Amino acid sequence: MLILVAFYLFAAITIASAVMVVAARNPVHSVLFLILAFFSAAGLFMLAGAEFIAMILVIVYVGAVAVLFLFVVMMLDIDIAELRQGVLEYVPLGGLIGVIMLIELGMVLGVWAFAPEAASAIASPAAAGVQNTVALGRVIYSDYIYVFQACGLVLLVAMIGAIVLTLRERPGVRRQSIAKQVARRRADGVELKDVKPGQGL
Amino acid sequence: MLLYDTLKDWLGNEWAWLISQAVSILLLIVVLLVMIAYILLADRKIWAAVQLRRGPNVVGAFGLLQSFADLFKFALKEAVIPAGANKVVFLLAPMITVTLALGAWAVVPMADGWVIADINVGILYIFAVSSLGVYGIIMGGWASNSKYPFLGALRSAAQMVSYEVSIGFVLITVLLWAGSLNLSEIVHQQALHGWNVFSILFPMFIIFFISALAETNRPPFDLPEAESELVAGYQVEYSSTPYLLFMLGEYVNIVLMCAMTTILFLGGWLPPLNIEIFNAVPGIVWFVIKVWIVFFMFAMVKAIVPRYRYDQLMRLGWKVFLPISLLWVVLVAGYLVSTGNFPVVGAS
Amino acid sequence: MAWLDRSARAIFLTDFIGGFVVGMKYFFKPKATINYPFEKGPLSPRFRGEHALRRYANGEERCIACKLCEAICPAQAITIEAEPRDDGSRRTTRYDIDMLKCIYCGFCQEACPVDAIVEGPNFEFAAETREELMYDKDKLLANGDRWEREIARNLELDAPYR
Repeated sequence: MLILVAFYLFAAITIASAVMVVAARNPVHSVLFLILAFFSAAGLFMLAGAEFIAMILVIVYVGAVAVLFLFVVMMLDIDIAELRQGVLEYVPLGGLIGVIMLIELGMVLGVWAFAPEAASAIASPAAAGVQNTVALGRVIYSDYIYVFQACGLVLLVAMIGAIVLTLRERPGVRRQSIAKQVARRRADGVELKDVKPGQGL
Repeated sequence: MLLYDTLKDWLGNEWAWLISQAVSILLLIVVLLVMIAYILLADRKIWAAVQLRRGPNVVGAFGLLQSFADLFKFALKEAVIPAGANKVVFLLAPMITVTLALGAWAVVPMADGWVIADINVGILYIFAVSSLGVYGIIMGGWASNSKYPFLGALRSAAQMVSYEVSIGFVLITVLLWAGSLNLSEIVHQQALHGWNVFSILFPMFIIFFISALAETNRPPFDLPEAESELVAGYQVEYSSTPYLLFMLGEYVNIVLMCAMTTILFLGGWLPPLNIEIFNAVPGIVWFVIKVWIVFFMFAMVKAIVPRYRYDQLMRLGWKVFLPISLLWVVLVAGYLVSTGNFPVVGAS
Repeated sequence: MAWLDRSARAIFLTDFIGGFVVGMKYFFKPKATINYPFEKGPLSPRFRGEHALRRYANGEERCIACKLCEAICPAQAITIEAEPRDDGSRRTTRYDIDMLKCIYCGFCQEACPVDAIVEGPNFEFAAETREELMYDKDKLLANGDRWEREIARNLELDAPYR
């Protein structure tokens, strides 16, 4: 009973906040609602017994990706009223896309059938005592190791690409070398001179 | 647990579970908050002692009631909300901070079996919740609609996100070493092969400690609230109870980091030596003693280390800690694979 | 070699450990703070605190209304009005000091030929209203009666140096 209550709570919050992401007037509020949606989705994963995925969802999406979203949106100087003006122009197009997606979803659901392997997978429960995390690790690092590595490569390429695009080499820029500064001793910079009176250096 | 068993008979499993959980959560929060009150006092006292001051000593004997006096002072003051502030987000921010900070304690085992939720992904949960902590700060800084809080919030967010990376890798080395993501299990593993501090993980202990300082915005990494340049960072516009909540959240997080250091590296509730007299002392006592020792280090660092500059902070995080911790992940994994000495989960 | 030495020191956090040792040394040192309302620091006999008007041993007030203090006061905090008394001696009818203006320079007590106006050792005379800090003659004489022992001792201790 409690689990049902929790499920409907999380589900309702997820849907409501997802709606608010689109409907909120303030873009920062939109991002905050998006975070709430992520978070309750993690709660749903938790209820489904997939605790590892729930935690990863929170860590990656909420803890890292959404923070960057929030940064960007906060820094942008968005005039909300101006943004609102053009909204109605896009209603037909947006509605059309929505309708198409709805039809597609309906078609998918209409011809829904489980793959023969899936049925057996559902039927065979997870080995007792095997943790979610362990089970995932066993699959990812054995059966799907190449795909997993490829995913990593794709991300690496994306990262390098971003760095290459933004890195500018400017000539003539003096850079700070902290190691050099730390390595500097008193003897390198200070010299004591015994100055005779009336003579100067 | 005792409560659960007694209630189970006439309320049914679910309600008994709910009530016993609620009671234990309440108990934990009350004990934790009282401890925080004294941690705060100890912080001020230690800091004062190093500077040859006495610290608060007027309210109660030796100032023991100072924190409670401060609590009343904050609670009774007028809460000022700036006219330009985004009211909802402004008030939500401190609440989020404190809720998340307290929420993380759900998975912290204080003694064998003394944990509210003994989940299998305890480390990840702590990591996830502490990565959420940055929202309280960003929201507070943004909602204040003022320059200094915003700059402070940006700094703080960048700092927390940076140091979370190295904390993440340190956690990975620990969980490789223990073979489990469950915090109780990690302590059990240390009962078998000694505390993690005294193993190959020692450098990770140092890195974790320093990263924890940065993660909780403690000196020498308290740039978000660098008084000399940013007044008080994201807390500038806060007063009264919202400010109290921010402070409370900060200290709950600090104690959480002390507890995490204790669990991951100092053997949690295990006695320092496996002898009869020490074993007779309840685990919670050892746990609290260790948390206090780690906190003493936190406080001493505040007293003896000058504040870092922002670029130095970023350099330390990305150019020093990240490579070292990454190297250590490889080292530990390599050691485990080459010797075949994998930790056996659930061996104890 | 020096480079190696320094790197090793940096890696093993010797700076931090040294700082910690120094910190602990200070941690156990006697504290410099004094518990102010309960303990007080030593005061020099020359300390210039709250003003007082002194009396002779027979109870006669010392001030002869020469107005030297009023003249020398750089902040013009002192106001004196004087009339001959019934017995023919010259005495003040009004002796006010605005303690808010006073800069506690001590010129008044230096100027006084009869040691009537002095700055006593009391420095705890904060008040909640401005009016309370406009001292009149009664208040100053009361101060003199109250602090006479300390003032007399301070004057005696300081006498060899004058």
